[in-house]
Amino acid sequence: MFSDTDLQKLLFGRLTLADIPYHEPILLVTFAGVAIGGLAVLATITYFRFWGPLWRDWFTSVDHKKIGIMYVVLAFVMLLRGFADALLMRSQQAIAFGANEGYLPPHHYDQIFTAHGVIMIFFVAMPFVTGLMNYVVPLQIGARDVAFPFLNNFSFWMTVSGAITVMISLFVGEFSRATWLGYPPLSGADMSPGVGVDYWIWGLQIAGIGTTLSGINLIATIVKMRAPGMSLMKMPIFCWTSLCTNVLIVAAFPILAAVLVLLTLDRYVGTHFFTNDLGGNPMMYFNLIWIWGHPEVYILILPAFGIFSEVTSTFCGKRLFGYTSMVYATVVITILSYLVWLHHFFTMGSGANVNSFFGITTMIISIPTGAKIFNWLFTMYRGRIRFEVPMLWTVSFMVTFVIGGMTGVLLAVPPADFVLHNSLFLIAHFHNVIIGGVLFGMFAGVNYWWPKAFGFKLDDFWGKVSFWFWTIGFYVAFMPLYVLGLMGVTRRAQHFEDTALQPWFIVAALGAGLIALGIGATIVQIAVSIKNREALRDTTGDPWGGRTLEWSTSSPPPDYNFAFTPVVHQLDAWWQMKNRNFARPATGFHAIHMPRNTATGVILGLISIVFSFAMIWYIWWLAALTFAATIVISILHTFNYNRDFYIPAETVVRTEGQRTDALAVAGRA
Amino acid sequence: MNALRLLGDRPFGAAAGRILRGLLLLPLFGLLAGCNLTVMFPAGDVAMQQRNLVLASTGLMLLIILPVIALTLLFAWRYRASNTEARHDPDWDHSTGLEVVIWTAPLLIIIALGALTWISTHTLDPFRPLSRLEPGKPIPAETKPLEVQVVALDWKWLFFLPEYNVAVVNELAAPVNRPVTFKLTSASVMNAFYIPALAGMIYAMPGMETKLHAVINKPGTFEGLASHYSGTGFSRMTFKFHGLDGDGFDKWIAKAKAEGKELSREAFLELERPSENAPVMYYASFADGLYKSIVGMCAVPGKMCMHEMMAIDAKGGAGKDSRENAARLQYDNRHTERGDDAPGATTPATHRAPRSEEPAGDSDHGPHGKGQNSPAPNQTNN
Amino acid sequence: MATHAIDALHRDSVAEPDDVPVFQDLEGEHHPEGSTMLGFWMYLMSDCLIFTVLFATYAVLGRNYAAGPSPKDLFDLSLVAVNTAMLLFSSITYGFAMLAMERDDLPKTQLWLAVTGLFGAAFIGIELYEFAHLIHEGATPQRSAFLSAFFTLVGTHGLHVTFGLLWLGVLMLQLRQRGLIVENRRRLMCLSMFWHFLDVIWIGVFTFVYLMGVLQ
Repeated sequence: MFSDTDLQKLLFGRLTLADIPYHEPILLVTFAGVAIGGLAVLATITYFRFWGPLWRDWFTSVDHKKIGIMYVVLAFVMLLRGFADALLMRSQQAIAFGANEGYLPPHHYDQIFTAHGVIMIFFVAMPFVTGLMNYVVPLQIGARDVAFPFLNNFSFWMTVSGAITVMISLFVGEFSRATWLGYPPLSGADMSPGVGVDYWIWGLQIAGIGTTLSGINLIATIVKMRAPGMSLMKMPIFCWTSLCTNVLIVAAFPILAAVLVLLTLDRYVGTHFFTNDLGGNPMMYFNLIWIWGHPEVYILILPAFGIFSEVTSTFCGKRLFGYTSMVYATVVITILSYLVWLHHFFTMGSGANVNSFFGITTMIISIPTGAKIFNWLFTMYRGRIRFEVPMLWTVSFMVTFVIGGMTGVLLAVPPADFVLHNSLFLIAHFHNVIIGGVLFGMFAGVNYWWPKAFGFKLDDFWGKVSFWFWTIGFYVAFMPLYVLGLMGVTRRAQHFEDTALQPWFIVAALGAGLIALGIGATIVQIAVSIKNREALRDTTGDPWGGRTLEWSTSSPPPDYNFAFTPVVHQLDAWWQMKNRNFARPATGFHAIHMPRNTATGVILGLISIVFSFAMIWYIWWLAALTFAATIVISILHTFNYNRDFYIPAETVVRTEGQRTDALAVAGRA
Repeated sequence: MNALRLLGDRPFGAAAGRILRGLLLLPLFGLLAGCNLTVMFPAGDVAMQQRNLVLASTGLMLLIILPVIALTLLFAWRYRASNTEARHDPDWDHSTGLEVVIWTAPLLIIIALGALTWISTHTLDPFRPLSRLEPGKPIPAETKPLEVQVVALDWKWLFFLPEYNVAVVNELAAPVNRPVTFKLTSASVMNAFYIPALAGMIYAMPGMETKLHAVINKPGTFEGLASHYSGTGFSRMTFKFHGLDGDGFDKWIAKAKAEGKELSREAFLELERPSENAPVMYYASFADGLYKSIVGMCAVPGKMCMHEMMAIDAKGGAGKDSRENAARLQYDNRHTERGDDAPGATTPATHRAPRSEEPAGDSDHGPHGKGQNSPAPNQTNN
Repeated sequence: MATHAIDALHRDSVAEPDDVPVFQDLEGEHHPEGSTMLGFWMYLMSDCLIFTVLFATYAVLGRNYAAGPSPKDLFDLSLVAVNTAMLLFSSITYGFAMLAMERDDLPKTQLWLAVTGLFGAAFIGIELYEFAHLIHEGATPQRSAFLSAFFTLVGTHGLHVTFGLLWLGVLMLQLRQRGLIVENRRRLMCLSMFWHFLDVIWIGVFTFVYLMGVLQ
């Protein structure tokens, strides 16, 4: 009955062989690289028989520590992809002047800047933040896991699925060209008929579900599972910033989900939410997406603030200055972040009253932020600052971030924004705060908590090399963009006429090269540290002279985190324990109640990838099948009532005995 | 020096202005004057006021930013662990006095900046007609602003000058010291209109009209651009803006009249098709009500205009038997209907390669480059 | 007991600085309760935000008829009133199910859940009929922004009810298998919150979309 094309359409939707870019040299090489690298990894895993442990101990694990580590690994991997995009853009813009077209035509270049933004925000910054919160928060509040361990595993795999969906677009079809926020009408079905925007939509939608659920999970954890005695105002500051971040996540990501659904309907069903015609209103999309988008900025930066607070206090050997005002500042930022979204489009012509309202609320945010900076400053004051790698990142952050903050407030003045909006000045500004704030914070956090997670410190020398390349590279790469912005150069351009601009772009490209060296140094740092792990070993569990509860247990912590639930009396609980000569009990251990691992999260994640792929390529039978499978598997999961087990007391005794021995060796028994 | 004249009529502004001028302009400008910092050295009064605002705000913020940076570096050095002479006070974590200072200092600056913002946002509202030509130079009573109707097309700018019945693509001129009133719309996706030397940008949006008031004070040729990403031809959607004296402007109009044809409705529909790097084109006249129909998304004959639709909707719609209205209101699908590439189109909808396959800028990007050369999209790639 | 010890500790910590405070709870398990209720409540709030967006969208686009039909032309208030009654009744019957659960009366619980399911199914049936009728009349989601917003808002609510029905069925099966055990009670509580939440949303839909649409 069917002709060939009908059958093909039925089976494969709009997917054809022509959509595989095998005639594309850059991509062939990339694909070959990924394939060979991937095969090598798979072969190694098979050779060392890691599949079993990997599956049992990691993929299906509901342990917040392992999930946290996996999030950070995801962030690192995606950082490489996102940064490759950055290098492509910088090199294109460094050469594409006058008669020279560069090597990327617009329709390719546009995908690259879109992918760069999407990947860096959703699949680098977000997993970094979520991963560190996942790892650290339960330890800091003296809990054995998060409130909903299975949900945690599921959230992680949804994030991975989103990332994989976006990555597939590299080799099958194309990615969106409609910028990282996908403004309609350009992202609508009529203006962008390809699969690119659909990859973007489904990648974000799936990852967003994971993020929302992980936000709910961490709020419940922080609210319900704090150790006895730990009132909210005795909670470590990182937990406070995490709490606020997760409140923001739960209050913002559903909005993203809803907006994406509306855009999906526009594209798939032909509704008229954001079209030009038949009553649609694209301006509504700008508002809705930024009601999510601006809090998102604070979702990223608040945990970084928390990390800087912990790091400053630890490495200055001093209590955090102004803890209370720090907490209030965080809460004020949380609330205000919902009142500023319109500053992203002052130039839409909303009128002077509306514009100045949103401009002024934006400026007000700089007051609590400024207070935070001062609090770090006065934590350093009369401290004994040890310039270990995390502290270096912190000092660099303080200098860099205030510059970004200043340009940010400048952009909040509507008439100033009229001349700087969408210019490279804006690009310089937000990289200034996201690299100088979020990324520096994450690197500080990774260097700070690495010994906790793996039992050995990271190599100091390569850490410093990475730090200097990143810091200098950042300034070399982005200060020229400030200047270019003041020349009136707009963002997202694939080609420029005016050759006078070229030197600035070449300098920026060199800066990107320095950052590449910084990333390389980080990789070397990790490799060297793993190689020298015995020399870098920390047996105390408290390598930095820490102040909070995560340093009271061994490194890495046992599955159950704490043999006995800690009891908290003041803010720096572990500091107080050390000062008051706390003695570790050597006997009296109980069996410990723990959640059981489950494969449901991984399976649902994998099915989600297939589902989104089927939706993107209009393979309706597969979409229906996978959707039904998701429902059935979720339901089957609820029939499993056997979700927990006890770690026997003997195991606890053995583990704690080993720790006692290790501490004796370290002379801290 | 006219810095901060925006605030000049207010005592606070004048004082702050004088201090900041000395503080800022000299070193900063000396350093960067070498390159063409259009935003910092504009040629129009509005852009100049915006520049001054940038400087004033930056100056205000530097009052706190510079000490913070200095203190950070100072404390980092002074309290380094190896410096055992520095005082160590591990339990010092609170000082009410300091707390008051660290919250009020930023607060005071934000109050100043907020006041500045409120005032300047109102005085520099793009919808608000100009109140002066230059500092101290009011608008002569008999002056009528030059009206320019701007249409963002895929990917070129179309300017209507109704006063002269002239239309131009990708070039614009205005007489020096005559206020210009821009009315802006788009025929395709969202865009932003920006002449950095003249005034700040404003969005041009389909089915809507925004406004911008500005004046050019110095003769010269300035860059104009699209500053909101709009698809394939976005980078090349630039034009020259000429500030001309009265004679020069008349000549420019005369040239357009002499060289141009008529921009009929049909010619517009042809012009509207996507093309990249379009050359300058003059039109000696244009069809009646063309701009209005573009704003109304009804340049195509038979389509229903936005204002008609809105009038019907305001009366409660047209009831159930109104299917033909739906067809008359379709607008976004016209790229596909005419076989043009949509602004963001690639595979598989058009079989245009998604990546670097097709070398950019190879063929002539004539007025209708893409559209005419490849009426059937499938052929673009194969 | 554990809590007792901790209360004592609280007082300790402020009292005498010379005593070494107790830093660990040696009594054993420290099991926080009620996380699920809090978590589910937060989920509902996040869901509520999705509806907020849809309501806001309807508020912005609800009068953009695109020279087409308006609420007055389309909505049949009496049908919607019946529909509303179905959902409200289902909420009441769910309440009876919860009361039966409190009395540990499994058969009654099941019975009232079944009745709830029937009311819910009737609601969905009527809604589907209404949608089919509208589409048949040419008032499709593609016709105008108003109809896009209408179908999406009401349809999203309908989808939620559908999933609620599915959940209800699964839960009844689980009740039959395992009875009113702690886990199942917790799930009944969650579904109860979900069901009443949908009721509240529907009251918003009924007022904001139907009543105000027709009576404006």
